[in-house]
Amino acid sequence: MSNRIFGLLLAASILLCVGAPLMIAWAPYESTMGLVQKIFYFHVPSWMIMFLSVFICGVASMFVIFRRSYRADRIALAAAELAVVFGLIGLVTGPLWARKAWGVWWQWDARLTSALVLWTIFIAYLLLRRYGGPGSERLSAAVALFGMANVPFVYWSVNVWRTVHPKTTVVPSLGPGMREAFWWCAGAFLCVYLLFLVLRIRLEEKRLELESLYLTSEDQYKNYG
Amino acid sequence: MPLPIVLAIALMLAGAGTLLRGSVIAGESLSQEEVVEGQEEFVPISELPPEDRLPAAPLLIAAYSFVWVVLLVYLWSIWRRLTKLEKELADFARTVSLKRAGPDG
Amino acid sequence: MLKAPESHLSTPGFFRVVCLMVMKDLAVETRSKEIVYTTIFFAVSCMLVFAFGFVQEGREIDHVAAGILWVTVTFAGTLALGRTFERERQNETLRAILIAPVDRPAIYVGKFVVLLVLMAAVEVIVVPLVSLMFQVPIFEHSILLVLLLITGTAGFLAVGTLFAAMLVRVKSRGVLLPVVLYPMTIPVIIAGVRGTALLFQPEADLAMAQAWIGMLVFFDTVFITLALWVFEPLMKE
Repeated sequence: MSNRIFGLLLAASILLCVGAPLMIAWAPYESTMGLVQKIFYFHVPSWMIMFLSVFICGVASMFVIFRRSYRADRIALAAAELAVVFGLIGLVTGPLWARKAWGVWWQWDARLTSALVLWTIFIAYLLLRRYGGPGSERLSAAVALFGMANVPFVYWSVNVWRTVHPKTTVVPSLGPGMREAFWWCAGAFLCVYLLFLVLRIRLEEKRLELESLYLTSEDQYKNYG
Repeated sequence: MPLPIVLAIALMLAGAGTLLRGSVIAGESLSQEEVVEGQEEFVPISELPPEDRLPAAPLLIAAYSFVWVVLLVYLWSIWRRLTKLEKELADFARTVSLKRAGPDG
Repeated sequence: MLKAPESHLSTPGFFRVVCLMVMKDLAVETRSKEIVYTTIFFAVSCMLVFAFGFVQEGREIDHVAAGILWVTVTFAGTLALGRTFERERQNETLRAILIAPVDRPAIYVGKFVVLLVLMAAVEVIVVPLVSLMFQVPIFEHSILLVLLLITGTAGFLAVGTLFAAMLVRVKSRGVLLPVVLYPMTIPVIIAGVRGTALLFQPEADLAMAQAWIGMLVFFDTVFITLALWVFEPLMKE
């Protein structure tokens, strides 16, 4: 990834993140929920980014399994880590909003439960990468793949009961002031996500570079005494 | 292998059909009384007693700060790992150059 | 000009390999009965622990029987998965199986069938016990109950066999298998518990129970297909 694109991403992230609180404050109050509804501006984007990251991880994992691509593996690991990070943001901001809006911290409805299960699956991915020893790249790729395939089933199972989560059609129906603030924040999250993804991939590349250096030096030592 | 594929597709269609039926049944099972009961329990915020009203500001501030904290902590953890790696790389380069100088020097 | 002699041995077909693997494992198990006895005993102890855990003032909490049944099946299944592959690893037969010139997915199917038979043996003991301990009817809608148990256990084992096979050479496999398996099989647990609870009710909701069975059939098909697709590239060294 060239330094120019990295610089652009950094600039975009800073601009958007600085602008975000202003946009949020400027956006009109929502009629029934008042001030606390403003959590929506970063709760929904963080979940959107989490699902994007899960998707990237899943696709990369397919390349890991079927094409044995190391590059795809680095992307998959970075995407999985970020899915957990952004999922954590979603899982904490959601209940903070829910406490005021619904009166309860948590509800076992379809959307929350499938999101929680997906988050747990990606924590399992990271644990497997960390403690699974050599060869865990492909194992965890299978976890990512199966995890993604799981989502519709969890969603359907829990959906058979009543759900209190707002329906997906909230976003298009946003009023004029809110729409800009929402997409600004979504853009901010996206830029931050891409920035972190690039950084994490670079970190992984450096780590692998060091590992391969250790391995070649060991070989040289063995060959030349 | 055509037969297993045909079987798999047939099973998936059967499963999907039952899934659809299940959704319909579940929707119907939400009886009218349950819906009306839920609506009758609704109390608008202005009519709630003061103890039940939660101040929104602390929740909003908590959520907002949490987002920043998490992102900054993650950034810091990447930075920490990166510097550790670079230090290791530098150490490694030094060790290699020492080894090379050793037998000659 | 020399021509390579034609081989008179052809590689066995897919189903033949599955049958061979199933026969082999069942033969080993019938002789030692190690896994089946220990898993059944574990399942019964599990149930006892849950029964004491959920009893309130000497009276059990309603609707808890279905949950206890499925949690017991999950825990016993995890144990059976671990033990089955551990045995292969200890006797170094896993490498032999993998070297054999057979369709890799057939190995997966073979193991899956063996584990299904094993879990059926466990459930034959556990389900009547649940009925006795919690006074729930198991013979009223027995066909649906059996279907629910088969499809649910199959869903759990479909995912479990793949991951247990892949984890067999990993050091922390004991704890990593549940860590990876349980979130993945949550839909199975939900469907199993909800379906069973509906069948245990005094006025059983048969239509909804059938819908859960339908979902489990769908789940099983999707995940067995995924596992077959992915088994070969994953087990390659």
